Amino acid sequence: MAAESELALVVRDLTVAYQRRPVLKDVNLSLPEGRLIGIVGPNGAGKSTLMKAVLGMVPRLSGEVWVSGRPPAAARQEIGYVPQRTAVDWDFPTDVLDVVMMGRYGTLGLLRWPGARERELAMAALERVGMAEYARRQISQLSGGQQQRVFLARALAQDARLYFMDEPFAGVDAATERAIVNLLRGLKARGRTVVVVHHDLQTVREYFDWLVLLNVRVMAAGPVERVFTAENLTRTYGGRLGSLAHVAGASPAPLRTSGGD
Amino acid sequence: MDANTQWVMTGTALLGVAGGVLGSFALLRRRALVGDVLAHAALPGVAGAFLATGTKAVGPLLAGAAIAAVAGVLTMSAIARFSRLKADAAMSLVLTVFFGLGIMLLGAAQRSPGGNQSGLDKFLFGQAAAIVGRDVRVITLAAALLCLLVLLLFKEFKLLAFDPEFGVGIGLPMAAVELVFNLAVVLAVVIGLEAVGVVLMAALLVTPAAAARCWTDRLHLMVPLSGLFGALSGALGTAVSLVGPRMPTGPLIVLAATGIFVASLLLAPRRGLLARSLRSLRTRKAAQRERLLVALYDLAEEAAGAGNAPAVTAEALERRRGIPARSAGPQLARLAREGLVDEAGGTWKLTGRGLAEAYQAARSERLHLVYLMHQADLDGGMTDQGVRPAFAPEIVPQLEQWLRQHGLEPRLLPGHTAGEVG
Amino acid sequence: MGALAPLVIILVGAQVAGACALVGSFLLLRRMTMLGDAISHAVLPGIAVAFLLSGRPQSPWALLGAAAFGLLCAYLVQALQRAGVREDAGTGVAFTGLFALGVLLISAFADHVHLDLDHVLYGEIAYAPWDLWLVGERSLGPRALWTTGGIFLLDLAAVLLFYKELKFCAFDPETAEAAGINVRAFHYLLMTLVSVSAVAAFDAVGAILAVAMLVVPSATAYLLTDRLSVMLGLAVGLGALASALGYLLSRATDTSVAAAMAVSAGGLFALAFFLAPRHGLVARWRRRRSDG
Repeated sequence: MAAESELALVVRDLTVAYQRRPVLKDVNLSLPEGRLIGIVGPNGAGKSTLMKAVLGMVPRLSGEVWVSGRPPAAARQEIGYVPQRTAVDWDFPTDVLDVVMMGRYGTLGLLRWPGARERELAMAALERVGMAEYARRQISQLSGGQQQRVFLARALAQDARLYFMDEPFAGVDAATERAIVNLLRGLKARGRTVVVVHHDLQTVREYFDWLVLLNVRVMAAGPVERVFTAENLTRTYGGRLGSLAHVAGASPAPLRTSGGD
Repeated sequence: MDANTQWVMTGTALLGVAGGVLGSFALLRRRALVGDVLAHAALPGVAGAFLATGTKAVGPLLAGAAIAAVAGVLTMSAIARFSRLKADAAMSLVLTVFFGLGIMLLGAAQRSPGGNQSGLDKFLFGQAAAIVGRDVRVITLAAALLCLLVLLLFKEFKLLAFDPEFGVGIGLPMAAVELVFNLAVVLAVVIGLEAVGVVLMAALLVTPAAAARCWTDRLHLMVPLSGLFGALSGALGTAVSLVGPRMPTGPLIVLAATGIFVASLLLAPRRGLLARSLRSLRTRKAAQRERLLVALYDLAEEAAGAGNAPAVTAEALERRRGIPARSAGPQLARLAREGLVDEAGGTWKLTGRGLAEAYQAARSERLHLVYLMHQADLDGGMTDQGVRPAFAPEIVPQLEQWLRQHGLEPRLLPGHTAGEVG
Repeated sequence: MGALAPLVIILVGAQVAGACALVGSFLLLRRMTMLGDAISHAVLPGIAVAFLLSGRPQSPWALLGAAAFGLLCAYLVQALQRAGVREDAGTGVAFTGLFALGVLLISAFADHVHLDLDHVLYGEIAYAPWDLWLVGERSLGPRALWTTGGIFLLDLAAVLLFYKELKFCAFDPETAEAAGINVRAFHYLLMTLVSVSAVAAFDAVGAILAVAMLVVPSATAYLLTDRLSVMLGLAVGLGALASALGYLLSRATDTSVAAAMAVSAGGLFALAFFLAPRHGLVARWRRRRSDG
């Protein structure tokens, strides 16, 4: 097994409870670097919570997390986070370029002004998401897909090593979806690790090379070809085999219990 | 207690009831501070009425205050609806600008014949000590009216607080209900102004309701409880103010309400802080214990299957199950005190009773696992979602069948000596 | 000093308004204006305590003590929120309790010293030109000019130094936290600045109207622009304008200067509410007409 510092993310024994009900139970994961990792599971499975617990945004009942061998708090600069879109006030007096430059604030540190270099990096990030000509547009004038791309550009500008994205494909138009996929592939080509909470089973094989099936517990985790089987899907989602087998389009694989590899 | 004090106590207690009852709905609508805003917004009305009528009679002043407060409500809605400013900014704007206008008018009023310097003080802090019999009659009437209103319109107010759109959907005139509610708040504020003043009336509209919230989340309990707390605050504050010569009644009432709130926050049985931290501590300990029992069982089952002795070291627990050694130690010691494990030379073993308990833990855990896997085929059936999941008897046979299908059924049965597999 | 008196009054008002506009803009963007209102009320016990200890209402201790109580109020609201009490309810409970405490302290003890409650609540900006800062034999000019000027510079420096952090925390605190910015620290920095500015405002315009300075010019600027830097500058400018107009209004109507300033600020807001080029009511209505 790879040394802990070579693993992008290690989670041990993570349990998160809301009042008395466990939302995540006994989660153990070892996610390798340089992959596009999807987290899928039914509604209420704890996928967003997993991301937030790793980042320390929700309290946990137990468990430990290491990012590249260090606790997340020490590795903040190297972690890029793209939250779900709704939490922000779109009437805020700021334009697209400004939002993207915010991605550099963590690295810039206190008391330093963003300068030409930050602007270049921000514009480059906007190019990569195809929003460069919107740089001076006020954010309330953007469509949903455009807003999502701006948030992605912000994360890109951070030039992190590990990215967490919470349902980036939710509710976006086809053009934005293609742009995001290309973006993810570009990140992987540069050796970055991207962890994505995903909702659409149809596209899992196409987008990801590593997969975590989550339903309060980790049902399976590993390379997509090995893990994305009808059987694992049934175990994670419950339900009839028929439609899920069609989705998976794969032959049944031997039973595996929780645990990463 | 002399008659004067009785009047004061009655009057302030009734104000407390009115504030508490209305405040419950305001609190649940997330408009807890609307009382504060309306209380400040009423000032130009009071001063304007004085300037217009030249008298300090209660009637015209209250009418003026009501008109100004209603204007405040309308302005708040207009700002929030027709500009990109949010609700809180609309509230602050109305509060400050109306109040400033009020002070300007008051300045004019104080210069005119009949006005005097201390008018604004009374408006801000009230003069509860000066409540007399006649005032109490007015206050009683108003408080009774408000309580009756709340009783009659309870369902409508409840919908207004939780889900006004649904109310519109089922055909209730929610806009009218909202207007009536706002007028009721205005009435309470206006009546309370003279007794306890602006800021302190705002307090009576927030604090007793916040205190009641700590005890229950059922509206039909919260509203009367809130009224009770309000009344207690009034009575308590008045009582304490008798202690010294220069103790102002208004602030003491607010402090009494705040004290009740703090006590509620700490001590309320389910939602109180003490109860919650105890519960969360208990849950954490229980979850850790359960996890440890399951781990011990799994390792013992595995060892028995391979024909080995089922002794477990803390290091093995860490390596195999991710339970850190430093916390495993004390937890194992606790299990030993319960008589569930024995220690021998650095390794731990389940006792007979321990095996029985661990078996239950592991079985529940695995039942939960297959339950999650096949959730869509079931129609609920989980009776306890806590630390040790429990299931309805009707679905247990099905769950056990799935256990067997997946090869998960626990093989080490309690009652067998260690080393034997059932 | 006679001819300069109006100028002093206007300048003091402008500096107060400017300081409050800078911090108040961030309160507005974070939807925390009512917390600004709360802090302005909550500082009263601090002023009372400091006054009782030092004997003078304008000592620097009063500033610190009052600011401490303002910060206490902000802390209590956060703590109550963590305990499960909603933000608006927590705000109401915290500030009314603290305010009542302040009134109690002043009423119970203030007869031994000459604390004028009216002064604390409504300020005495009209007397500012003649309230001189005496160092030994020399007069350094109106004291209020120095204190309000100092607070304005303090707020300006803080906003300039931490502009990007304050902006990020106001816009998207979750991502800011994830990016390594200490959102909590900046929240309390802002609260400290609000408390200090509110206390400085008391001297000039009194507690009640300090809130007007925190909110109204910022709200007006918010309707006039889509850029944060411009919004901050406009807010300061509008505050200064409201100060000047307010003075003139108070002279014309023979009323409290502070109240007139608040009303003038309100008037400017009303103008923007209707006539702002993109976000005003008239412009919106016209846009809807041409769309529909």
